[in-house]
Amino acid sequence: MLKLPIYLDNNATTPCDPRVVEAMLPYFSETFGNAASRNHSFGWAAEAAVDLAREQVAALIGADPKEIIFTSGATEADNLALKGVFEMYADKGNHIITTEIEHKAVLDTCKHLEKQGAEITYLKVNNEGLPDLKELEAAITAKTILVSIMYANNEIGVISPIKEISAIAKKHGVLMMSDISQAAGKVPVDVNRDGIDLAAFSAHKLYGPKGVGALYVRRKSPRVKVTAQMDGGGHERGMRSGTLNVPGIVAFGKACELCQQEMETEGKRLAILRDKLENALLQLEQTFVNGSKTNRLPHASNISFRYVEGEALMMGFNKNLALSSGSACTSASPEPSYVLKGLGLGDDLAHSSIRFGLGRFTTEEEIDYAIQAVTETVNKLREISPLWEMFKEGADMNTIEWSRL
Amino acid sequence: MAYAERVLDYYDNPRNVGTLDKSSTRVGTGLVHVPEYLEVVRIQIEVSPARHVIMDARFKTFGCGAAIAATSITTEWLKGKTIDEAAQLDHMEIVEALNLPPAKIHITILIEDAVKAAINDYRHKNGMEPLKAETEEESERDYELEEEHN
Repeated sequence: MLKLPIYLDNNATTPCDPRVVEAMLPYFSETFGNAASRNHSFGWAAEAAVDLAREQVAALIGADPKEIIFTSGATEADNLALKGVFEMYADKGNHIITTEIEHKAVLDTCKHLEKQGAEITYLKVNNEGLPDLKELEAAITAKTILVSIMYANNEIGVISPIKEISAIAKKHGVLMMSDISQAAGKVPVDVNRDGIDLAAFSAHKLYGPKGVGALYVRRKSPRVKVTAQMDGGGHERGMRSGTLNVPGIVAFGKACELCQQEMETEGKRLAILRDKLENALLQLEQTFVNGSKTNRLPHASNISFRYVEGEALMMGFNKNLALSSGSACTSASPEPSYVLKGLGLGDDLAHSSIRFGLGRFTTEEEIDYAIQAVTETVNKLREISPLWEMFKEGADMNTIEWSRL
Repeated sequence: MAYAERVLDYYDNPRNVGTLDKSSTRVGTGLVHVPEYLEVVRIQIEVSPARHVIMDARFKTFGCGAAIAATSITTEWLKGKTIDEAAQLDHMEIVEALNLPPAKIHITILIEDAVKAAINDYRHKNGMEPLKAETEEESERDYELEEEHN
């Protein structure tokens, strides 16, 4: 039986897997100790649970457990990486390279650092959502301390060529950071194979709870250090003070373990469903996939439906179907998605976009429903759209006679 | 932000969607847009020449759900009015009828302009003077200025 509403916004957040919830529950009331309490069994039990979780989290990305710093989420981890490297490597330089389509947690932290004297290069991306590697290399100067480029984009799901990017950074002795929030647990991320020195991610994007995440900080070749942004009891090797969120961390560990076990089959299953959805919707005229179709997360699709407006589109089905749009009307900001504009989309297509994020609990039945609901609404709104009528009549937008007032 | 149920009603079942023969002398067409064509409104009226009464009104709108609902409700309001009565339309009446939030007021101004443009098109086709020009200040109004982002 199809249960409504259907959730297809898994790039925003994912539901907690029941197995994750089950794993974390004992750590609220039974095993509630402070992991930093070294002299009684309550503390030891909590510490043991955190140690296991640290191994599980590290294993997902091919890291050593000692390289995992638990945080409150990816935003905090991004802040710690960028601000921490900027402060720690001040003697070496003040230049950071990133891209225009990073998550706000990176972009706004970079803007903050600019006020503190940092120089930031925001690389443009091409219409597939990928930066130009020659431009990247050309941007590196003697003052460059960090390249920060996301593993996969949250709006379009496009996967950056991280291995190639990190090779360039390494060649010039520059640290490589990546926000891996969208990729971790969905596609294989390996900090050694990919050449990543710092990586930020969170539990709630991979079927764990909100409020817990991690920063991976490389310990060997090179040994990376970040200046703490949170002072206190010296937890997490002094890099992030604050009593550990034991239930959250246990859940994060369990969530990572499940992702690692199920990633391959799940990725294949979701790619089939995503392709079914996408191919069906592309049957509609004047419908376009945004970003690269080849270097992409298996569960993500971002589609523009020309001549219909994103918010109006979502109003047609948002009682039954949870999606997000690049239209400005859906958010407090008057601008449409800066990611889609970064790809070179005009305002009209950016406003006409819908992001589909499939997930572990998405069924084929739900995809069939989504195809039907979106198709019907697009057709209905195009019947109401004067632009669609003009397009069908072959009118050129530039020669239309607008009323003079 | 949640819209009034009336917006959803007019969005779900828009009244008076359609196209009238723009070449007919009985039909007046108003086609207007905001910058970047992010909202486009077309209103058409079919007028009985004897008393200049609007017999039919049709619309097509590209824009958010509120824009669609607001244009639809305006076409209902237009029917049965003389073109002089219709020219008195104040966009705030549409705002009130649908309980629109401040961020959507600019759409109703666009709709008011579409109505006036449709009336003028009809008047022009039938050898009448255009509606009295608005003051310069009003005619140069900027839709963007009416937006309040809260």
